[in-house]
Amino acid sequence: MSGISRRRFLAASVAGCAATTLAGPKKALAAGSFTGYPDGMGVLVDLTRCIGCRSCEAACNKEQNLPAPDKSFDDKSVFDETFHGGKQKRRPDENAYTVVNRYNPDGSDPLYRKVQCNHCNEPACLSSCFVNAYTKTKEGAVVYNPNVCVGCRNCLVACPFGIPGYSYSSAFDPVVKKCIFCHETRLKNGLPPACVDVCPQEALTFGKRKELIKIGHQRIQTHPGRYVNHLYGENELGGTSWMYLSPVNFDEVGFDPNPGNEPIINNVKDFLGTVPMVLAIWPAMFTGFHLLAKKREHDKNNQDTEKQHGEEGGDQ
Amino acid sequence: MKSLIGWGSKPVDSHVNEKTDQQWSLFRKLMLGLTPGQYLGQALRNPFNWILGIIFAIGLPLIAYRFIFGLSAVTHASNDYPWGLFLGFGLFTMVPLSASGFMLGTAVEIFGRHDFEPIERLALLNGLLGYLFAVIYLLVDLGQPWRLPYPMVVSFGPAAVLFLVAWHVATYLSVQVAEVSVSFFEWIGWLGGKRFIRRIALGLTVSGIILSTLHQGALGALFNYAPGKVHPLWYSGSFQWIFFFCSSIPAGLSMVIAVSTVVKKTMAWRCDDNFKENLDRCTLGLAKGASLALITYLAIKLIGVAHDNEWGYLATGWGAWFLFEMAVGVVLPIILFAYAIRHQVVAIARVGAFVTIFGIVLNRLNTTLIVFNWNLYQEIPHIFEVIIAVTLFAVYVVVYRFILYRLPIIFSWKEQPQEALAAEAARPAPIKTSNAPIGAMYRKID
Repeated sequence: MSGISRRRFLAASVAGCAATTLAGPKKALAAGSFTGYPDGMGVLVDLTRCIGCRSCEAACNKEQNLPAPDKSFDDKSVFDETFHGGKQKRRPDENAYTVVNRYNPDGSDPLYRKVQCNHCNEPACLSSCFVNAYTKTKEGAVVYNPNVCVGCRNCLVACPFGIPGYSYSSAFDPVVKKCIFCHETRLKNGLPPACVDVCPQEALTFGKRKELIKIGHQRIQTHPGRYVNHLYGENELGGTSWMYLSPVNFDEVGFDPNPGNEPIINNVKDFLGTVPMVLAIWPAMFTGFHLLAKKREHDKNNQDTEKQHGEEGGDQ
Repeated sequence: MKSLIGWGSKPVDSHVNEKTDQQWSLFRKLMLGLTPGQYLGQALRNPFNWILGIIFAIGLPLIAYRFIFGLSAVTHASNDYPWGLFLGFGLFTMVPLSASGFMLGTAVEIFGRHDFEPIERLALLNGLLGYLFAVIYLLVDLGQPWRLPYPMVVSFGPAAVLFLVAWHVATYLSVQVAEVSVSFFEWIGWLGGKRFIRRIALGLTVSGIILSTLHQGALGALFNYAPGKVHPLWYSGSFQWIFFFCSSIPAGLSMVIAVSTVVKKTMAWRCDDNFKENLDRCTLGLAKGASLALITYLAIKLIGVAHDNEWGYLATGWGAWFLFEMAVGVVLPIILFAYAIRHQVVAIARVGAFVTIFGIVLNRLNTTLIVFNWNLYQEIPHIFEVIIAVTLFAVYVVVYRFILYRLPIIFSWKEQPQEALAAEAARPAPIKTSNAPIGAMYRKID
């Protein structure tokens, strides 16, 4: 008379298998890094050319049918706005998919930096989304499907550039709002996004990402004094479709100077890799513990009964 | 209730009214065997109910307000701090505090520690309610809560950590409902259901361990999506999920000690002798388990600091805050537990449990709110957000109490004679084992 019957063991195994099945397919994600679609498009932003005219903001607002801003797009006083005790400049949100900020490194001439979604090759928002609301299109845009979004805002937590905004003020249809590279209205048809189209300074260059990398390095080589020798976004966080050239170190114009070259998804691969192992090993291991515990209990009871000379033994 | 017992009322603990020899109706069972007038009277005499009433009077309209006017009406609605108190406390803290279900399930069902049986049901219920309310907090926080089932039925993102959390919490909630349903079946008197759950108890417990290991860890792994945002001392690329899993063990065990302490103080009339007589022994046993887990947690946190070479940060202000969390939330309870176990002082173990809970709450709030965006700015939750979080916790307390008053969790249901015989045959006699893994170390020291 054993402590655990074959039936109970089988029941435990079946439960374990059921848990495995219920847990859904987990991608092992051990494949090498994805470096972008071969014909993915991108934009090269040259900070030396930007004059802070904010016409890209205005164009974006019109193209995406966003609400009219509090201050007109001609108003340069927005560059003086800071938030949270001066610790933060303007950032994209539900009402503005792109913003331009002014920086004055070392009191020299001001530099302007356009901020929008960088359209990562391996987007953190996409990999953190549990309903697969995000898609990296073959044209290079990271687009969002509001029809499946539950509103957990994990993408806002995950985005290393602080880009997505959430329409918190909406009670019945709150969604994530972010730059989608004008995918529906322009990019799909091979057209540059509205902001690039309108830029009077050619600070924004639209093209295939692969070509833009070459152009970026050419500019650095041709004008070694004008740029720091770095094309931001070429490798950062797995590479982004939007890349930047700057005359000063990138941390002086509000970039995270060292985000690493690993895409965000690599941080969770270790954990996701352990999932199937736990699912497979735990049932046998803990059922084994149970058998050991039962055996010991059983033996102990037997000993006790032997001492008591022939009273009924066993633990069941 | 106490005064009513003084007058000769007896709380329901069997199907049969002993005075009249008639079966209790379901309504009278819900009324604890009192008449509606008596029930209302005792409820109104309890000052705690008045406090709850005030909280609900303020909080429930605010919850309605949140659903009519959106999250921005009651939170700071920040794109930089997407997760506020509802998730920081409600999800990330309630879930580890509810690890008790799988811990005690494992001890009793897997390791055969039947000496913990008097407290097993309380631990299981604590687990179930904690998870249930974690989901309720989540529903208040989600932008479109009516889409909660989407990751299960509409659109799948299986490569996301949150997908795993969603599936595991949903599955584990069902497992816990099944585990706790034993008490419910006894209460309504359906023994077939009870026997069925008893048969699959081992399977349920093992799946509980699997699911708990993974989703407790997954809550930590969620922060691996934000490596630059969480302060390095609270972040570990390799061990984040292990930190969260490991700390959930003392959290769950301490929560059982804390809840049983409150129960013993405030509803002694409902506890039966078996619960009361075994509680001190069980508390020390749980304290042993919790202290071992805390020591392990302290060790791996140190390894975490060493592994990423973060010693330099310890000398900063954030480092002082980290050391405070470690000293008060981890080292202090270890000392308290050790003293309590060495000298068999249950009261100290209870203090230790409350301190442990404080430490876990601090750790989770640190990770989600305080050291999140450490190089950006500090988010202070909106006052309405705080009130709603408190209100939901008050609902949790009310539901908890409602169930403890009625279902045989801290008392045994008096079975009919033939049922009792059948149960006696089916269940192994409780044995005081002395050579089980938990606590073995202390016995050696003793």
